[in-house]
Amino acid sequence: MTRRRAVLCVRVAVLAGLVVPLELCCRTGIIDPLTIIAPSDMVASMVDLLGSGELNESIESTFSTIALAFVLAIGLGTLAGALVHRSPRLRDVSDPLLASYYSVPTFIFYPLLVALLGLGKPPLVVLGVLSAAPAVMISTLSGLDGVSSVLIKMARVHRLNPVRTLWWIVLPAALPRLFTGFKLALSYALIGVIAGEFILSGTGLGYAISFAYQSFDNRAMYGVMLFVMLVAVTANGILYVWEGRLARRRSAR
Amino acid sequence: MSDLSLENALARTSSRRRIRAFDAVVLALSMLALWQAVGSWTKGVVVSPPLQTFVYLFGLLRTWMFWDHAAATLQAFLLAFALSALIGLALGLVFGVRRFAGEVAEPILAGFYTIPKVTLYPVVLLVFGLGISAKVAFGVMHGLVPMTLFTLGAMRNLPPVLIRTARVLRLSPGRTMLWILMPACLPDIVNGLRISFSLSLLGVLIGEMFSSQRGLGFLLVSGMAQHNVPLSTAVVTMIVAVAIAANTLMLRVGGRAARRPNP
Amino acid sequence: MSAPAVSEPSHVALKEVVRHYEGPPAIHALGPIDLAIQRGEFFSIVGPSGCGKSTLLDVLCGLVRPTGGSVQFEGKELRGEVPDGIGVVFQEDSSMPWLSVRQNVAFGLRTSGLAKQEITERVDHAVSFMGLAQFADHYPAQLSGGMRQRVCIARTLVLRPRLILLDEPFGALDQQTRLLMGDELLRLWRETGATVLLITHALDEAAMLSDRVGVMSARPGRFIDMVETGWPRDRDSRIVSDPAFGALTARLWSSLREESLKTMGRAA
Repeated sequence: MTRRRAVLCVRVAVLAGLVVPLELCCRTGIIDPLTIIAPSDMVASMVDLLGSGELNESIESTFSTIALAFVLAIGLGTLAGALVHRSPRLRDVSDPLLASYYSVPTFIFYPLLVALLGLGKPPLVVLGVLSAAPAVMISTLSGLDGVSSVLIKMARVHRLNPVRTLWWIVLPAALPRLFTGFKLALSYALIGVIAGEFILSGTGLGYAISFAYQSFDNRAMYGVMLFVMLVAVTANGILYVWEGRLARRRSAR
Repeated sequence: MSDLSLENALARTSSRRRIRAFDAVVLALSMLALWQAVGSWTKGVVVSPPLQTFVYLFGLLRTWMFWDHAAATLQAFLLAFALSALIGLALGLVFGVRRFAGEVAEPILAGFYTIPKVTLYPVVLLVFGLGISAKVAFGVMHGLVPMTLFTLGAMRNLPPVLIRTARVLRLSPGRTMLWILMPACLPDIVNGLRISFSLSLLGVLIGEMFSSQRGLGFLLVSGMAQHNVPLSTAVVTMIVAVAIAANTLMLRVGGRAARRPNP
Repeated sequence: MSAPAVSEPSHVALKEVVRHYEGPPAIHALGPIDLAIQRGEFFSIVGPSGCGKSTLLDVLCGLVRPTGGSVQFEGKELRGEVPDGIGVVFQEDSSMPWLSVRQNVAFGLRTSGLAKQEITERVDHAVSFMGLAQFADHYPAQLSGGMRQRVCIARTLVLRPRLILLDEPFGALDQQTRLLMGDELLRLWRETGATVLLITHALDEAAMLSDRVGVMSARPGRFIDMVETGWPRDRDSRIVSDPAFGALTARLWSSLREESLKTMGRAA
């Protein structure tokens, strides 16, 4: 058995080792169903909710908010990163800011955003962008830094104009790190939006969980929770695999 | 390098430093101005302007109530951070040394990291009830995985020649860990501590924001509920200041750890 | 210091070229340099570290404007941009990691406006000429340092440059690979008929490969010696066994040694 397959098997076994005892404890009543319901019930609940279309509105709301925040974050972050990269003075100012940015729990600004923008999508989108854009900016700076000067020299020897230098040399060279930034952006936007919906909102999957919790509807709550977890893991997983493929071609293995 | 060119190089850095200091002051002033603008434009309904906030904050710092809440947060946070750091470090070291276990665990940990942990909060509450243990659980939920991943990454990036050196010197596993592995990983470990610090704090605060009657997070939310805008603004300012100060301190310490002369 | 009198104009001519860098600290990096290279000549430059060899190359191909003096290529003055007909192989690996070997080699022809058929032909020829046919669809990360430099040379080749500048292209390679690459370079020179300027710190390489070697002083770099090697055109690395080779290398070193000591003393 190859190592990769062995690792995969053990991983599946570990996950099963977490889920199966939980299932048994729930079924035998060791764990109170008012606290945690059996994993199989969670799956059943999720399937029911999806099938009945109850969640459709929440799904559409959350996904569209995340998508908007994601696109804005990437646009703003890349642009800001590119601009700052060209100016050493701006860079000197931005570097410490960016280094400290993620130490501040941006989430504490969310109630302020709601007070400013009202309840609904706008504060969620802003929260998502606030969470994600700096990561994009950081990776854009890192990516542009990583374009080796010999490649730029080569572009000049081949007499490429600035647009072509950007498109044919700078972007491909910076792409791996840029892509890491995009991956983080999705991750942070997703987390930010759903956290916001959970704490203070009227629509969306986060709100659905919170509502179910407060209505003591454990079954629905766990169903939506499972769905959100699966969406998060899948979306990030896809980007992670893609990122790996990009890196593999360019590294020695 | 001749003395003259050394002098010139120093002059270059000190003039650059002066420009940087100037720019930093300009930045601080413009942020204050922006704050003031938002405060007065919204007529103090969203945020209170800087001066009013600072005055209120100083007043707040003299009340028992504030320190009572701050102590609650501090207690929960320190516990959460300590647990995240120690367990994370231990797990990271184990996974780093036992490569197979590390390969198995890493995607699971990374996957967990991408889940909006807020959605698991109800589970935590159902399991731990309301109170400090839930808050600590939130904090650990946020802070543990990054610490583990950073330590794991540091161990993985160790130059193999260090391990070979340890074996040639016939060091025991304990000494290898203590004298070689940990010092070599130190910069990354400090980095992990820094991130874990911020995230544990975030976890504790969010927990307080929606499930507690004590703590700075609660104070923030109750300030909003009572439309006591100076209070909520003051609390946010306080949290931001503490977070940035701690982060900057850890960056400095980490930087020094990275630059220290190699044994 | 000037080339032997010839009836045709030089391919490349530098007159009183100087290059200063503003400070702080202000550095007089290069010159004054007077140099004339004939069409089809293989000219090498050797010199101690930091003497300005790479700056000279930058000036020669138009990447950098000299602070003073003039640079002429094929009779036309260079004005801060790289003219058509010059190919450069840099010291560092400039292969693009996101393109395959074939795509890397074809890169230079993207802006050429040539037909696809012609491009494919030229690329295939360059790839097999440099011995990379087996690896045409591999990526640079999968190749050794020497092979990657060959990719860079092939990429320069397809453009059919009339002047090829190489800045310590074999610096990162081991001695044996270097000697073989030297043979490759000679083969390339003969087949393309291009003028070649090689910058190297390896005296034996310069002595073995070139028609003429210029020895540069320590910074600010100036030519302190010009050595004609007198080798026949169809030479290869085996001339190292020729007694004249030893004499040449000795002469180069005797000129260079003092300059190198000066540089070391400065760096200490």
